[in-house]
Amino acid sequence: MKEKTMHISGAEAVIRCLLAEGVDLIYGYPGGAIMPVYDELYKFQDDLHHVLTRHEQGATHAAQGYARTSGKVGVAIATSGPGATNLITGIADAQIDSTPMVCITGQVGSHLLGSDAFQETDIIGISTPVTKWNYQVTQAKEIPEILARAFYIARSGRPGPVLVDITKDAQFGMLDFEYKPCVGIRSYKPVPALDQSQVVAAAEAINKAKKPLIVWGQGVILGNAEAEFKAFVEKSGIPAVWTILGLSALETSHPLNKGMVGMHGNYAPNLLTQECDVLIAVGMRFDDRVTGRLDAYAAQAEVVHLEIDPAEIDKNVHADYPVLSDCKQSLAALTELVVPKKLDSWLARFDELYAKEYEVVIEKDTKPTKEGLTMGEVIVAVNKAADSDAVIVTDVGQHQMIACRYAEFIRSKSNVTSGGLGTMGFALPAAIGAKMGAPDRQVVAVIGDGGYQMTIQELGTIFQTGVAVKILVLNNEYLGMVRQWQQLFFDRRYASTEMTNPDFVTIAKGYHIPAQKVTERKDLTSAIQEMINAEGPYFLEVAVEKEDNVFPMIPTGASLNEIRLQ
Amino acid sequence: MTTTYTISIYSENNVGLLNRISAIFLKRHINIESLATSPSEITDVFRFVIVVNVTEPQVQKLVQQIEKQVDVIKVYYHTDEETIFQETALYKVKTNFLFEERQIQNFIKQSHASIVTVSPEFFVIEKTGFRHETEQLREQLAPFGLLQFVRSGRLSVSKAPMGISKILNSFTENNQ
Repeated sequence: MKEKTMHISGAEAVIRCLLAEGVDLIYGYPGGAIMPVYDELYKFQDDLHHVLTRHEQGATHAAQGYARTSGKVGVAIATSGPGATNLITGIADAQIDSTPMVCITGQVGSHLLGSDAFQETDIIGISTPVTKWNYQVTQAKEIPEILARAFYIARSGRPGPVLVDITKDAQFGMLDFEYKPCVGIRSYKPVPALDQSQVVAAAEAINKAKKPLIVWGQGVILGNAEAEFKAFVEKSGIPAVWTILGLSALETSHPLNKGMVGMHGNYAPNLLTQECDVLIAVGMRFDDRVTGRLDAYAAQAEVVHLEIDPAEIDKNVHADYPVLSDCKQSLAALTELVVPKKLDSWLARFDELYAKEYEVVIEKDTKPTKEGLTMGEVIVAVNKAADSDAVIVTDVGQHQMIACRYAEFIRSKSNVTSGGLGTMGFALPAAIGAKMGAPDRQVVAVIGDGGYQMTIQELGTIFQTGVAVKILVLNNEYLGMVRQWQQLFFDRRYASTEMTNPDFVTIAKGYHIPAQKVTERKDLTSAIQEMINAEGPYFLEVAVEKEDNVFPMIPTGASLNEIRLQ
Repeated sequence: MTTTYTISIYSENNVGLLNRISAIFLKRHINIESLATSPSEITDVFRFVIVVNVTEPQVQKLVQQIEKQVDVIKVYYHTDEETIFQETALYKVKTNFLFEERQIQNFIKQSHASIVTVSPEFFVIEKTGFRHETEQLREQLAPFGLLQFVRSGRLSVSKAPMGISKILNSFTENNQ
């Protein structure tokens, strides 16, 4: 036997692989088929910290939150059967939002596979459509190579979730352990090589443009390309707008940051998408919530598309000038070739439309004169109390749109939300991971009363770990976004959207989390300040106006021109 | 306008890859007309031949999504004119007809089919060709009571070279 190898069990090999990949924190929930691994976790608890969530879905969202603020691969672990199926929502969320995550599930012994054994489920079959890659390990000796691949695949290229299912006999089996990190897979090309001719063609189109517009997405953050992106924006002088997942890559106060695109995005970015002559898409995928009616989307514009994933080129919007590569490389190459522009009259159009949006929407949202509290003013109060430097974790719905519209950021990786999948229940567990991934930062989970109750059991995880997550529930006693649609498109038939809620403060206190509720404007600022100042976890409920709507709005299937301010 | 396209996939031979590939069609509600899997000309490289009836933009997106899978090496799509393709059919018939019905022997001769096996109870005819050829023989034999009929998925080779060895080399270089 070679000196470097150790004769150990598959379960111990799992732990040693995680340590070799630099993992020091995992989220999970034990159960029968994963017990050998948990037994090793007990032995390695000084090196590898395990956070016991209260549901496996919480483990995946926590791993996602961790990945999003730390930039590292999140790890979630669960047992077979229901443990594994409970991971699926988080895996699907990570897949559509390109979040690097490795999930490890236990499986019944390989001799029982296919026998409908206790807690047997075909998790490989179930997870296939929602994973970047998955694999079932049936022999201990496969573990090092497969886990090395799993981490490599999860983090490289366009990141995504990977699931490794390990039978119980493979966990108990012995192997000669030696860990070699994966450096490549012959059938897999994570980053297309930059083709300089594509860069030249794109630069020519951009340099000719009179009314260019940059739309950036999460690719800028995933590619660690914030500096390159800012250099590109500043040299070119082109106004830049963001998708929800691109938020925070460029600071809010930057003069060329012109706001959000999409269904509840800002007025100018949406309308001027329909006026620009060259649209420069950077690390974004033209989701239908961004484009509205596809055949009417930026039909007048030539499209430059900087993208790492070849499958995104022409998927929804035709790219006249595709530039395939990691945007860290492609942006740097493009910046060299772009000519600085003076776009005064074009930029003035953004100001003009912003003024209109301010008058009709923003002023009422953020400086309301009516009695009821608005979600917008709560977010503005958070900005002030946290010096615009909190990590804002949002759930899904009205509060999410309002938070993304009004939250201010001064650095990247500060916005954690469920974008593509729209997973209610995401925020509370994701905030746990977000705080653990960025322990020095203020982390505020902004959640609606509906989504909060989908994963409210994770208060137990917060209590047990003491993780200093600030929970801000905006309570309108409705599933607000669905109610808004019912009001606008279903003649106010509020079918099953009104919620009779429990006393959230009492529930938080049951978990020994300091808690209070605000119902009046005069108490808002001090309560938010108290929440931000709290050393440990804190719960704040704000009773907001019950039937406020989020505007602007582009109805489903409408073109961006049909954006409504009220 | 939809057209028949043959999608050729070169991949690693991993358990579960077929499921991953078929999920791409399922997600888009596209029916697979035929599917054949086999080893390829390169050791350890597997080949799928999938036939679909879709528009060209649809087949392009399918190819992009399939090629995106980690274990897939390269994917091509071709029209019928760009490929040489055949299907194989097997016909199981009661043996007594072979001797009692002269017509059957004529059908076999005319269609250039061959007899794979003859037993006291049944005999098996094999015919390789285009769909309309195997179909014609099926229609001719049907009146005599086909005991079993089965047709393979399309097997296809492209007229143009695919250059998989070169692509594999470039992957190796990329990863070093």
